[in-house]
Amino acid sequence: MTNSMKTQELAKKVRMHVVKMVNKGGSSHIGSVLSIVDILAVLYGRVMRYKSHNPEWVDRDRFILSKGHAGAGVYAVLAECGFFHTERLNNHYQNGSIFSGHVSHKGIPGVELSTGSLGQGLPVASGMALSAKIDKKNHKVFAVLGDGELNEGSNWEAFMFASHHHLNNLTVIIDRNRLQSIKTTEETLSLEPLREKLISFNWDVSEVNGHDHDELFSAINTNTQKPKIIIANTIKGKGVSFMENKIEWHYRTPSGKLFDQAIKEIKENI
Amino acid sequence: MRDALINSLFQLADKDPNLMLLTGDLGYGVFEEFEKKYPKQYLNVGIAEQNMVGVAVGLALEGKVVFTYSIGNFPTLRCLEQIRNGACYHNLNINVIATGGGFSYGGLGMSHHATEDISIMRALPGTTVLVPTTSDESKAGVVNLYKTGGVGYLRLDKSKYVNVELIDKISIGKANILRKGSDITLVVAGGIAQEVMKAAEILSSANIECRVVSLYSIKPIDIDVIRSACKDTLGIVTIEEGNLAGGVGSAILEACYDNEFSPKVFYRFGLNDKYSAIVGSQDYLRSYYGIDCDSLVFKIKSLINKQNL
Repeated sequence: MTNSMKTQELAKKVRMHVVKMVNKGGSSHIGSVLSIVDILAVLYGRVMRYKSHNPEWVDRDRFILSKGHAGAGVYAVLAECGFFHTERLNNHYQNGSIFSGHVSHKGIPGVELSTGSLGQGLPVASGMALSAKIDKKNHKVFAVLGDGELNEGSNWEAFMFASHHHLNNLTVIIDRNRLQSIKTTEETLSLEPLREKLISFNWDVSEVNGHDHDELFSAINTNTQKPKIIIANTIKGKGVSFMENKIEWHYRTPSGKLFDQAIKEIKENI
Repeated sequence: MRDALINSLFQLADKDPNLMLLTGDLGYGVFEEFEKKYPKQYLNVGIAEQNMVGVAVGLALEGKVVFTYSIGNFPTLRCLEQIRNGACYHNLNINVIATGGGFSYGGLGMSHHATEDISIMRALPGTTVLVPTTSDESKAGVVNLYKTGGVGYLRLDKSKYVNVELIDKISIGKANILRKGSDITLVVAGGIAQEVMKAAEILSSANIECRVVSLYSIKPIDIDVIRSACKDTLGIVTIEEGNLAGGVGSAILEACYDNEFSPKVFYRFGLNDKYSAIVGSQDYLRSYYGIDCDSLVFKIKSLINKQNL
């Protein structure tokens, strides 16, 4: 099995988990989760160094999900990678559960940072990357940001900070699915020309198909002099035809026939 | 108050290379020596308080003890949610230092009046809130926060310290007696204590002996000192240079009610749900809002007289 096949398999499992979790919990944001599943699969399946039996291993690579509403994806990928039993995913969004809709670190091995209020992940990732530089550590820091989240000014403070401090141990992956809460990113508060903006902030910027595992891997795996941003062009709801590119699946919960169809499509895919 | 602060930071940074000081581009003439001596432990993050706290969280998650510094409301209100979700929820040793409490920057206008910071920082679960009144408390405050896990807030102002040497150990959860007295207890936090001490002297000449308490540790609060004030004196008057809602007086009232203490007299001096559109020196604004020495003397006399009738 090639590396790409392995990560495809991981992505498929994660998609199955998250659709079931969202269905059982009656929660929202499934479109946002499916958008980043391939990114998570490549990071956890092929790029990042970690020890699932020792989540606090000091030399591990760090991962921050800044778009915390896609937390179900992180829980699922951590479970599939052995941080905890996949059975625990059944608790997602249940009364009394610690598996909150927005990603939480409390009691969940492998989660570095609780997020949920947008624009707060990158400053923290920058602090972690700076700490690694100060302490001459070789591990890397990865952060996944939503594109809509770039409306938040705190991200741009951190874009300036990370390049000023030459944090080339920091990689940001922007989930560029072009949809936010009500309309498209361009209709809401236009980001374009995004690539040029980010280059002008003195980052190394590349652009890939965010569902192509080989493209993702080679972009992430390239060493750079500057901190690195990968604009991953993605499809919100990727993997379930009726969710793809539909804003309503930021909110809706798949149930009944739609749930069955979603599961069937994910199973049959690949 | 800043000199005492920097002395303590020097001592701690010398012992612990993991201590980091972050400033939001403020501290001209204060941090230059620190930066020179500990370049790896000092970072001016620029005028970007949200990022400052985020970076502090990242550093603290990796084991650093972080002090963030700015003036007025910038290191607290401007980045409050980062403090809440990042620093507090992750229970990190991050300590926020603000100078310019109350009307320290009175002439600069309401943006620079830090008058709700105590209430707001106190409301965040798990925080320690220290408001020094004396030089000793200021020095100890930095060390106390460094040694205590979790998020701390140290609120300094530009007033001169009350010149009282404290003999007892200054620690979190413990108030300090600035002046002995058994008629009534005046509880104060911060530079406004100067006015309180002056008032206590004047009242003494009118045969009213005030106990003056520097609350210092607003959270956790010193229950014993409050109990004694309720039991051994007529009651408690609180004086704060900030909004009353949720502030020092509120904290004392909560402690009284929760512990079933019943002071005969209770009165709070502070701002009553106001922003100040008026500018002026710290002294001018204290007088304007009735929290200066003369206002205290007048009111405390009337509180005592009422009881004696």
